[in-house]
Amino acid sequence: MSVLLIAEHTNKELKPFTLNAITAASQIDQDLHVLVIGHNSDGAAKAASAVPLVKKVIQIENPIYENYLAENFTPVIIKHAETYSHLVCSANTFGKNLMPRIAALMDCSQVSDIIKVISPDTFLRPIYAGNAFATVKSNDKKKCVTIRPTSFDAAPSDGGSAEIVKGDGADEFTLTKFVKKEEVKSDRPELGTARIVISGGRGMQSGDNFKLITAIADKLNAAIGASRAAVDAGYITNDHQVGQTGKVVVPDLYIAVGISGAIQHLAGMKESKVIVAINKDGEAPIFSVADYGLEADLFEALPQFLEELNKLNTIQK
Amino acid sequence: MKILVAVKRVIDYNVQVRVKEDGTGVVTDNVKMSTNPPDDNAVEEAVKIKESGKATEVIAITIGEEKAQETVRKALAVGADRGIHVKADGILEPLAVSKILQKVVEKEKPDLVFMGKQAIDDDCNQTGQMLAALLNWPQATFASKIEVKDKSLDVTREVDEGLETISVNVPAIVTCDLRLNEPRYASLPNIMKAKKKPLEQLSATDLGIDTKPRIEQIKVEEPPKRKAGIKVGSVAELVQKLKNEAKVI
Ligand SMILES: Cc1cc2nc3c(=O)[nH]c(=O)nc-3n(C[C@H](O)[C@H](O)[C@H](O)COP(=O)(O)OP(=O)(O)OC[C@H]3O[C@@H](n4cnc5c(N)ncnc54)[C@H](O)[C@@H]3O)c2cc1C
Ligand SMILES: Nc1ncnc2c1ncn2[C@@H]1O[C@H](COP(=O)(O)O)[C@@H](O)[C@H]1O
Repeated sequence: MSVLLIAEHTNKELKPFTLNAITAASQIDQDLHVLVIGHNSDGAAKAASAVPLVKKVIQIENPIYENYLAENFTPVIIKHAETYSHLVCSANTFGKNLMPRIAALMDCSQVSDIIKVISPDTFLRPIYAGNAFATVKSNDKKKCVTIRPTSFDAAPSDGGSAEIVKGDGADEFTLTKFVKKEEVKSDRPELGTARIVISGGRGMQSGDNFKLITAIADKLNAAIGASRAAVDAGYITNDHQVGQTGKVVVPDLYIAVGISGAIQHLAGMKESKVIVAINKDGEAPIFSVADYGLEADLFEALPQFLEELNKLNTIQK
Repeated sequence: MKILVAVKRVIDYNVQVRVKEDGTGVVTDNVKMSTNPPDDNAVEEAVKIKESGKATEVIAITIGEEKAQETVRKALAVGADRGIHVKADGILEPLAVSKILQKVVEKEKPDLVFMGKQAIDDDCNQTGQMLAALLNWPQATFASKIEVKDKSLDVTREVDEGLETISVNVPAIVTCDLRLNEPRYASLPNIMKAKKKPLEQLSATDLGIDTKPRIEQIKVEEPPKRKAGIKVGSVAELVQKLKNEAKVI
């Protein structure tokens, strides 16, 4: 048995969640190989080979892989899949888009979004927006699994020196073309890996009012999240959405401001270590998951919060 | 252009789902069921494209038990032209659903298949991609904007980093996000009219597809509960607690 992990990377480096997926994959089997498919991806391949849990890196280079199209990745992965018992990648938009395309062609019923490896064929996964946990056993010969990255620690990223071998690509799929990516760049920590997340909901009333949240995020070195309602209303871009159909976050501290706490939102944040809710409606369901609830008008509470934080000088950057 | 739209019947998104005590699944008796929310967006988009004159026919399809037909009726009531119900009982995995859809696509030869990006019961997020693989078609997943060109679509996709646009030749699969559009409500007269629209009945067995699950569901349990928290009286108290009690700032 060996496991093939499909790396998510920027060609220059591995995306942080690849390290979490490596941890999960190595719990399935120690003989873990990483596939780096890209263009000018030496940086990413080297980074993968430096991860001590990785036994071998297979690097496949071609300009057609620059934009990570699933239609181009799939035939290459299948070409290299033969000797592996498991194919694994992260359950973020990269892996969600890619893995089922591979699984179907291998006639495998994919196990999505696992939060625990119970044994090499048995996994725990949330269903119904995390309102139930299912223990599932895959009976397929070859297993395709996606991993919820926030449920596993990131693997140590240096000290290893796995061999890097070059692999063959496959023909281009010409019916899909990449057009553009509108990436929102920021200096803030990434939502998925930040230690502190502060999120705003419909209660923020406008995009402009998010500056109240930004000021606190700057102070706490926090990432900024949002409810779907806040994104739908155009207060903030979609990459900030937390929840069943957005991102899952598990920070040490999650602060929900003007968010009612619909189950679809809770699905993305209720595993956070400490949850704070600021809401003027004392009956809002968010209070049922909050360790500390503050029933208050956010337009008064947020400026006060900033002021109190300014009084403390111990905030760790 | 002909558009096939896949709609799934699921527990309504407003229902607080409860786990059965015997660990075999979740309670579905006397629970409100509805169309999987993004599937409503898929239907809406198909109907809008037809209204703009760029499509000639919208066909809604569901796979499931007898009552799954309700979702097709609802699609017919908001503008789909005809329906297909493929009868299949028990748990249906995305792989089986995509194989059934493949058979129907081969027969109906649509130019586009629209589906939801994710079913809110199994949260699998697989079926569209699997169908695209089986047909060797392009896949435009997590769509929040679709622009219909002559023989292709420009699709804006919601990805972790923001938005990505790809161009796919037809025939293609599109899986829809909730932000794609605002689904319309069915008017009473249209609900009545929908009852007269054709609804073809097939079965998974007729199509030669074995739907037996490959994944064994060993048990379903409640997630661990969070222990109850407290309400704080002021912002100052909150900050003190976060610093001295929770030690997170
Ligand atoms: C299939 C599906 C998937 C979904 N996926 C997601 C998802 O991934 N993520 C997600 O977040 N949602 C998701 N939703 C939407 C979800 O159901 C809720 O509609 C949404 O989370 C509500 O957002 P909200 O809490 O910001 O808004 P609301 O529910 O409108 O709540 C606003 C809150 O702000 C409070 N408030 C207002 N003014 C103030 C003030 N001045 N001071 C303090 N508090 C104030 C109010 O008391 C209220 O509690 C999904 C829905 C569906 C159907
Ligand atoms: N039984 C079904 N009948 C019709 N469509 C389905 C069925 N199962 C899944 N789908 C479609 O596939 C999408 C994704 O489902 P899933 O892969 O289960 O998350 C749904 O939004 C539907 O459009």
